Amino acid sequence: MIEFLGVPLPLFMGQLLIGLINGSFYAVLSLGLALIFGLLNIVNFAHGALYMVGAFVAYLLLQFIGIGYWPALILAPVIVAGLGMLIERFLLRPLHDLDHLYGLLLTFGLALVLEGTFRHFYGVSGMPYSIPDSLAGAQRLMVPTWLTGEDPVFMMALPNYRAWVIVASLIVCTATWILIERTKLGALMRAATEKPDLVRAFGVNVPALITLTYGLGVGLAAFAGVLAAPIYSVNPIMGSNIIIVVFAIVVIGGLGSIGGAIVSGFLLGVIEGITKVFYPEASNVVIFVVMAIVLIVRPAGLFGKGA
Amino acid sequence: MGLKKALLAGVAGLAMTASAQAQYSNDGITIGVLTDMSGVYADVGGQGSVVAAQMALEDFGDFNGKPVNLVSADHQNKADIGANIARQWADTDGVDAIFDILNSAVGLAVQQVATEKNIVSMNSGAATTALTNEQCSPNGVHYVYDTYALATGTGGAMVKEGGDSWFFIVADYAFGHALEADTSNAVKNAGGEILGSVRAPLSNQDFSSFLLQAQASGAKVIGLANAGGDTVNSIKQAQEFGIVAAGQSLAGLLIFLTDIHALGLETTAGLTITTGWYWDLNDETRAFSERFAERHNGVKPTMVQAGVYSSVMNYLKAAQDAGTDDGKKVVDQLQTMEINDVFAQGGKIREDGLHFHDMYLAQIKSPEESKGPWDYYNIVSTIPAAEAYQALEDVRCPTLNN
Repeated sequence: MIEFLGVPLPLFMGQLLIGLINGSFYAVLSLGLALIFGLLNIVNFAHGALYMVGAFVAYLLLQFIGIGYWPALILAPVIVAGLGMLIERFLLRPLHDLDHLYGLLLTFGLALVLEGTFRHFYGVSGMPYSIPDSLAGAQRLMVPTWLTGEDPVFMMALPNYRAWVIVASLIVCTATWILIERTKLGALMRAATEKPDLVRAFGVNVPALITLTYGLGVGLAAFAGVLAAPIYSVNPIMGSNIIIVVFAIVVIGGLGSIGGAIVSGFLLGVIEGITKVFYPEASNVVIFVVMAIVLIVRPAGLFGKGA
Repeated sequence: MGLKKALLAGVAGLAMTASAQAQYSNDGITIGVLTDMSGVYADVGGQGSVVAAQMALEDFGDFNGKPVNLVSADHQNKADIGANIARQWADTDGVDAIFDILNSAVGLAVQQVATEKNIVSMNSGAATTALTNEQCSPNGVHYVYDTYALATGTGGAMVKEGGDSWFFIVADYAFGHALEADTSNAVKNAGGEILGSVRAPLSNQDFSSFLLQAQASGAKVIGLANAGGDTVNSIKQAQEFGIVAAGQSLAGLLIFLTDIHALGLETTAGLTITTGWYWDLNDETRAFSERFAERHNGVKPTMVQAGVYSSVMNYLKAAQDAGTDDGKKVVDQLQTMEINDVFAQGGKIREDGLHFHDMYLAQIKSPEESKGPWDYYNIVSTIPAAEAYQALEDVRCPTLNN
């Protein structure tokens, strides 16, 4: 069997693909985080908790109203975005003129409250949530002949759901990027943070725009939560496991850079996947090593515009 | 009689009753439930363990005419916090025995404090064999299961069924390493071979990379030397990547009833596990579990929670028979008793502190077989204590050898 750096090629290719899948979650989460930081200057520590709430809303919708995965994929982010807008309007806005540290502390506390509440009612073991029937099953992937010159070799079973995760996350990331960078609304959002007075002079409701932006960022977190529900266990601490990594990815991509967050999300997922083959013990630190290197070489991040 | 005299008489009377009960320090018995209230193991023990201890106190009734006090605390899975609470309980709250103590690191630390303060550590939740081996104590009892029993039970059974080549996914800390080592021995002794292992960081979300490595190894059995959320995620994702469907079997080495509840039977059907107790063993366990569920949101007790109930009951009996709350003497008394209750039949506390009792080999039911929530295990066979646990000659407990 053909090997690559001492590892069988099918195994290596499989790991690359898995890295890309994990990267999809990182991309959607870091995109929301970067959006909130870039446009609102809030370090949103509640992001992981809201990702968890997204997964739980999907679970509760199914459990109590019988609403399945596909409607939940739209409904849960909308519900959580609504919650986010309430948080912005009544909790974050009063802190708007204060030091950023206050927003950070508030959202951190909020994350603890949300996690504690769900832990009280649902324990920590997690809730079952099944993969929708339409995406059940898996594809047998082969290593293509042109790569090895041999007959196709079995590479891995790619679950249909995981393939969907990559597609869904690419669609959402692209759509969000277009919304922010290429539409009138996106231009207004960006303008409202750069020169709020001027934008207000044109008759635009700036506070409403800010609330909307926060809602959008939080909705993305909830979307990632619903995507994650069928494959990771839906439990109250699922967000705190992932949020630190996502923060590192936003820093690597360049604080506030929308495109940077997306690209480095996928990139870091792949780097992490490769580490799991060659030195699995280091897989939970590799992202932070990359972060340290990036901060030394390019302090503004890979795609940052400079401080 | 003046006020002064009455007071003096009262004081004298109190002094007399106090001296009459002098063998019980602090005038009676106080027990402490030290557990994980909020972290990964909170559903395995947690508030449910406190409920179990309360039930034991009610069933036991008054101790020498006085109710037994109960205190509880959250050790947050941190050994230093657990040890500090144990020390404070012993010093200022008059706690005579500590129960549950989920988590091996905390369990070892608390057993040390118990030895220092001469109280009793009755461990239901921690798995490490070090509690009765290198770090054994005349004040410690290890009640429900240990890594050796889990490993020999599941490992031996799987090899017998033809699963003679193994690959491990190991939680990268002391507990995971111990479980891997014990299971490797059990598999080799039964004639199987170990093809390799991969060490995954603790509290990992995504196990698919490790599962693919296990798949590429071609081993017949993938041993999961992890616990709690890590086990839940590995099983869920193994199902998703079609690993079981492709012919490899999973061996969950430490699986609790609540893990199966979280995963659902579609994902876990057919899994072989070793357990120290199950709620649906007989009429007595069913009645106990019914009462427990009524008080604990309809949730059936795990083996750890049942162990807490039984260990509290037997501690109180031993303390009453010994006529003292001196830790070493109560444990000595426990070692002379035979434990026959809802948790164990013919159980014995050995000199090394191990509760030597039968274990059970179980297979998870399919959704069609199950009659509803919590009806999850088929008990395949009883593993006699002598097969399940280390032989006393092999125990590496320093205090036993003098």
